[in-house]
Amino acid sequence: MDSLARLGATVTDAVAGIGRALAMLLGAIIGKPTPRKSWPLFVQQMYVVGVLSLIIIVVSGLFIGMVLGLQGYTILVDYGAEQSLGPMVALSLLRELGPVVTALLFAGRAGSALTAEIGLMKATEQLSSLEMMAVDPLRRVVAPRFWAGFVSMPLLALIFSAVGIYGGYLVGSGWLGVDEGAFWSVMQSAVDWRDDLMNGIIKSLVFAFVVTWIALYKGYRCEPTSAGISKATTSTVVTASLAILGLDFILTALMFGG
Amino acid sequence: MDNFVALKDVHFSHGQRTIYDGLSLTVPKGKIVAVMGPSGIGKTTLLRLIGGQLRPSSGSIKVADEEVTQLSRKALYELRKRMSMLFQSGALFTDMSVFDNVAFPLREHTELTEEVIRSIVLMKLEAVGLRGARDLMPAELSGGMARRAALARAIALDPDLIMYDEPFAGQDPISMGVIVKLIRSLNESLGLTSIVVSHDVGEVLSIADYAYIIADKKVVAEGTPAELENNDKAIVRQFLQGEADGPVKFHYTEDDFAMDLMGEAHG
Repeated sequence: MDSLARLGATVTDAVAGIGRALAMLLGAIIGKPTPRKSWPLFVQQMYVVGVLSLIIIVVSGLFIGMVLGLQGYTILVDYGAEQSLGPMVALSLLRELGPVVTALLFAGRAGSALTAEIGLMKATEQLSSLEMMAVDPLRRVVAPRFWAGFVSMPLLALIFSAVGIYGGYLVGSGWLGVDEGAFWSVMQSAVDWRDDLMNGIIKSLVFAFVVTWIALYKGYRCEPTSAGISKATTSTVVTASLAILGLDFILTALMFGG
Repeated sequence: MDNFVALKDVHFSHGQRTIYDGLSLTVPKGKIVAVMGPSGIGKTTLLRLIGGQLRPSSGSIKVADEEVTQLSRKALYELRKRMSMLFQSGALFTDMSVFDNVAFPLREHTELTEEVIRSIVLMKLEAVGLRGARDLMPAELSGGMARRAALARAIALDPDLIMYDEPFAGQDPISMGVIVKLIRSLNESLGLTSIVVSHDVGEVLSIADYAYIIADKKVVAEGTPAELENNDKAIVRQFLQGEADGPVKFHYTEDDFAMDLMGEAHG
């Protein structure tokens, strides 16, 4: 009976948590737009969340593309199909690795930072002081970070894929000798604008929404102590990573499952 | 309107724990009212109730004749423009300089030009003696300076009410003296009403016009500082004279110590 009660409590806690997270998000993004005040905040957060994530995204994209080029070549060459290296690298990146790895890196780099920053603002009473100054912390703190995360992650994923494709080209054509013209032209004819590129962008938008939302909620609701902030930061990375992988399967099934 | 703040029969619980059980107090306009009491009695909670950040389970809280417990979010935010709170930590925004911190409420709530805002900020910083520290970041300030900078921010919009949460805690004697003087002089020069929550009895009573002592979930004594000094109630004597044991227990648990050592008390 105890375990049944515990299960019930876990479920009601989870549902209440989703409700609170939804209330936070709606409180942040619904309301009269105030572009004069919110635009500079958004730009500032785009720098913090997006631009500062560029290095890790570019470096990771390059290496993953190079590995794909190498692995792809060793498999394809056995079948005499090394001309298909271009589409293999491009499709792997645009459909899967670009959105997914970018989202995982984003959760670790920017998501954890968002949680820690908001948690620390809560612990040092900065959120309370905003409220007492008649400034809504949801609109002032949460909203610009949410939009910055939502906009920057798909852009980062595109950059990741572009750099990755270039990495695959460097290894495939530059090193292993795949014909340069074949590499690009086969890729161009195989990659479909809607099926591949758009679906990748849609995935990225969904991941951006979920990861940023989780990171902000974990920070906003964390226990305002050092242990609480550390727990919330860890929880952001774990929860966001699992959400990305789970959602990726669902989205892939919907987009490419038949 | 004689009272700027009036609490009547306020009940408030945090989880299972009752914090206030029928708390009533008033804060006359233009006066400095001290709220004292042992640590953990919910003094900060009292300020959050007045500011509408927490809602009581029952009772009335009036600020400027408006019932805080009934206000819509919008009306509450309007009312908060007339009140300020100095948090114990100062709560300065760590990503902004001292100047930008003080300018923050002005930029948020007024349409003033940057030139006018600059003049106002410099005047507020001059009032707390930090005009020269305008370009410093909060991390570069000492504890006392951070609290004074926060005070400059709190008076930026010329509020009617300022609530001070433990303004003297952790201050060296010089900073403490400066803050004591500032609270008094700001109250007089700006015509403010002030609530000072503190357990630094000497300092707070030296500037208060009226004081309340809270213990056991309600007000246990009140009066002018002189009246409190002459109050014979055991709890007042214990608190004002800082005795370890009395009506307010030093020990948290009440299990028998010998039994506890034998491992039987929590059986």
